[in-house]
This record gives sequence, C-alpha cells and structure tokens, in this order.
Amino acid sequence: MDITHTATAGTLESSDIQVTLAPGGDGIDINLTSDVIKQFGDQIKASITQVLNNYGITSAKVKAVDKGALDIVIKARTVAAVQRALDIVDQPKWEVL
Amino acid sequence: MESKVGRQLPDDIMNELGFKPFETTDFGNPVIQRKAPKVRASTGQGKVVNSLEDVVKKTVRDGMTISFHHHFRGGDYVFNKVMRVIIDAGYRDLTLAPSSLTGVMNDTVVEAIEKGVVTNITSSGMRGSLGDAVSHGLLKNPVIFRSHGGRARAIEDGDINIDVAFLGVPNSDVMGNANGMEGKSAFGSLGYALVDAAYADTVVLVTDDIQPYPNTPASIKQTQVDYVVKVDEVGDPDKIGSGATRFTKDPKELKIAKSVNDVIVNSPYFKDGFSFQTGSGGAALAVTRFLRQSMLDNDIKASFALGGITKPTVDLLEEGLVGKIMDVQDFDKGAASSMRLNKNQQEIDASWYADPANKGAMVDQLDVAILSALEIDTDFNVNVMTGSDGVIRGAVGGHQDAATAKLTIISAPLVRGRIATVVPKVTTVVTPGDSVDVLVTEVGIAINPKRTDLIEALSNIPGLPVYTIQELQERAEKVLGTPEPLKFTDRTVALVEYRDGTIIDQIREVED
Repeated sequence: MDITHTATAGTLESSDIQVTLAPGGDGIDINLTSDVIKQFGDQIKASITQVLNNYGITSAKVKAVDKGALDIVIKARTVAAVQRALDIVDQPKWEVL
Repeated sequence: MESKVGRQLPDDIMNELGFKPFETTDFGNPVIQRKAPKVRASTGQGKVVNSLEDVVKKTVRDGMTISFHHHFRGGDYVFNKVMRVIIDAGYRDLTLAPSSLTGVMNDTVVEAIEKGVVTNITSSGMRGSLGDAVSHGLLKNPVIFRSHGGRARAIEDGDINIDVAFLGVPNSDVMGNANGMEGKSAFGSLGYALVDAAYADTVVLVTDDIQPYPNTPASIKQTQVDYVVKVDEVGDPDKIGSGATRFTKDPKELKIAKSVNDVIVNSPYFKDGFSFQTGSGGAALAVTRFLRQSMLDNDIKASFALGGITKPTVDLLEEGLVGKIMDVQDFDKGAASSMRLNKNQQEIDASWYADPANKGAMVDQLDVAILSALEIDTDFNVNVMTGSDGVIRGAVGGHQDAATAKLTIISAPLVRGRIATVVPKVTTVVTPGDSVDVLVTEVGIAINPKRTDLIEALSNIPGLPVYTIQELQERAEKVLGTPEPLKFTDRTVALVEYRDGTIIDQIREVED
C-alpha cells in the first residue's frame, strides 16, 4: 500500500512522539530525533517500521521527533499517522491495533 | 585495579597520580599532618590593587593552581573577569581548582582549555557545554571530581595546593576583612571560600564595595588576605540565587515528598532534637513543608538544619521549629539575606560542614539527609554526575558527605521520560550504596537490606508500599524497555574521588 499524502500525529510534549509520514523513497526511510537515541533509537525505529509493515506500507519517508515516548505511545502515534496518510481514519484496522 | 563498588579504575593514571581505590565509607581515626600555607608577612600597606591585570601580574605564574568559589552561582562575574585577564595574558598549564563550576563559567573554561591556559581541573562538578566538551575528551588530563567535604580535606592535606585564590566578595575593607552577607551582591554564607582563604598561599579578594575599616562581621579576615581589588561589579544580584522559592505543584514530586516525610516521621530518628539536611530541588522543598506540619503535629523541634539552605528552612528557624541553621551555602535570596538578621543562622566552612579528616564534622552529627539522584542502582549506589547519555552534567556537591547521615534518603522519580532512575548499574558511582538507607519513589520505597531496623520500622505504613530495589528496577524496565548500553572509549576523562581521597569510579570519554 502506498501513502498518497503527508500526515502527522502526535505532539512535541514531553513523553510524546510526533510522527510525520510522507510519500516517496525506496523502502522505509526514518529520520529520528530523540534525546534517548543512544539508548532507544533502534527500538523506536523498529516499532515504527513494524506498524508500517502491518499496514502493508513498504516505502515511506518518516520524520519522527521523540520526546521520550514509551513504546505503546510510539506505536499509537504511528498508527494514527498511517490512518491519516491513507485517508482511512474512519475505518480502523482492528487487526493492526 | 578496582574500587570496592566493583568499578574498574585505570592502573596507569591511578599509579601516576598516587591514588588508591575506594575501600570503605568508614574513615577511621588516622593521624594527619596538615599542610600550612605560605605567608608573606605584611603590615597591610599596599594591599589595594587598582586592576585585575595588575594583581594577576603580581601573583600568577605558569603552572600554578588557582581557585575560585561558586557562591555567586549563576550571577558570577568574578570568575570570567579574572580568567579573561589570565587567558589574554597567555599563561600556560594552570590547574583550576574552584569549589565548583557553574554554567556562566563554561565558555571561559572551554576557551582556557583550548588555548592551553588550563590543563588540569578539580571541581565539585560541571554541566552544559563544558561537561560535554570534557566528556568528549577536550582536556588531556582527567578532571578530579571531589565533594565539598572532600575538597576541604584535599586542601588541608595538600592534595590541592592552591597558589592563588581569587575570592569574590560583596564587601571588604582595604585590609581584606569581608563577609558574604552584606552588599548588593550578597550571597550569604562564604562556606566554601573560607577554606581557600585559610590555605591558599596568596589570597586575592575581588569586590565592588569597599567598606570603612574595620569591616565586620569578618568571615574572611585581614590576616589571610594579600590583595584587595575593586571592580565595577562582582555579580548580578538577580542571578545569584533563585528569587522567591517556588513550591512544586507536580503531583509526582508531591507524592515523593509526602512519602519522604512518612519515612522520616516513622523512623526512629524523628524525635525532639533531631537534625536534617535537604537539598534545593522541588521535591526537597516540598519535604520541608510536609516536615513542618509533622513537627507541629507531634510537638517535635529540630536541633539544627545543615548544608545548603533555602528560605523554607529559614522560615522553620524563625518559627522556632529549628534551633540553628548551620549554613555552608545559600540557594536563594531569602536564605542569603536572612543570615545577617538571624544570629542562629551560623556560617560554617566546608571543613566544619563535611570534612572527614577532621576532629568531627557536622555531617557526622546529622540524623536525616534527603538527597537526589540521576540514577540509583540495585546496590543503592548513586550517580549524580553523568546523564543518561553518559555525558558529565552534574556535581558531587555534598552528596557523599551528607550521605553519612544516620538516615540517608534518596528521593527520585522511578522514571524520567523514557529514562529509568532505578537501574541495574549506575553509569557513574558517586555515592556508595553502603551509605544510602532508603530510596523513595512515587510508586513506593526500597530499604537497604543492611538496615533491618528500618525495614522493621517502615513496613506496614499505610500508603507507603515497600519493595525490594530489584522489584523497583524491574518495574521501571518493564514499562520503558531495555536500553542499549552506552558506548565509551577506553580513555579516562575524569576520576570521581570519594570524600576520604580514594577513587570510587572513573568517567570515560563518550563515543558518538
């Protein structure tokens, strides 16, 4: 499945993450900013990639600005961004959630 | 070699500098020969020098050790003014031995290191751009971090041999009688600087307010002072201490503070005549407020409050709930300005406060200490020096010293954002777990298993769940995930001294 337009979910508040998806690229390209990138950078990228894969998205540009979000928050914000990017906000994919 | 808390120390550096690894929190009763300073006898003629340039030229030589105090905190002008003259004059290979380095000094210190003016540093701590630069290997020789009591010990014993002390004061007369509590840049206690004044070979006072002779009360005395320099301003009064003390509204901090109070009140130490030390953080201030109510409710008064002082502690003094304040530094304006009004707010020097190589320091008499932590591990070792990224961003301060209290409480949130405070191994051991008794978090407390008496006293208190520290650590990790280990190179950028002069841990260069 391809992303057709840019979409964002999340805020820049402490313990949140702002995930922005845009069309394009080969594969999934994640640009991550995080204060805990040394400790959790790979895990954050893996969580985002996992959600995208669950939606069948194989190529996207991802900008993620992390403010120390927990894993469940990262996944929830990514799900919301994907649903917005795919224009399916009123059709939640329960099997992904 | 290894310190008793299981930290590898660099053999070559340890041997070269003559350090021994940390063994025990028990200082014992050694007999110590202190060092005496050089004294250039004088009748006092010509002490007043017109410019910093002149006094630096008279006193500083390449390779010397120079010192400063940090009582002006964020409002310090003296350090940067003096160091500017020293840098511009092109001195080399100086050792910087201030009581601590505050953020306003960072750029100057970085410049001095880059230009080879400063090649060694000993300090209580460092933060910001300086901590970052040192953690990335800017300084060739390792920084020695010492507690406030440990610094006093090192100066008295000659481990730190101060050639010239540049001490900023808000008032002085032409002979060098000075105090910290009067004048527009007053900061209260001169505690840390008094050791420098007593032991430096040359003492230079820098002031913006020359008072008629003789200036009293004199914390620093004319018998100790070589030169007095008048400058335009020694500090920014608005930045010396935080203004009105803010009482936290953060529910997590309030919960922790209330639990700390529950621990104190239910401990065997909460009785008439007890003593305590709190820090300056939001939770510590809230503890003071809860403690006040508990003292009123139980008709209990404290004999003394110790250490760094804030306005809420002064309020307790004025209310009669605390007998004396033993004041080594003042964190806010209220505490600073009350010193000259309250005869029971006693200025103490760093040696009297916390030096173990003493005939008795005040921390040895302390019942309850409430301290903070960046990290605490399952052996109760505490880190207040390096951040979650391994970079230097803290200070030993009085942490190791106050932890000798009969009841040492670490108050800290279980997690900060996605960073755990309770961890399997702290990045840097500053205070050994042997001197820590209770950890208080927002979810519950953990008691050092060595303190079976406290486990008995503090179990079964409503609203105060007791966990093992392993349980708290696992709980944090379950919520946050397991972090990747930090990466360091083999290079040592700093050594952390325990208060007795042994080395407890090293800080290595971070690898990005």
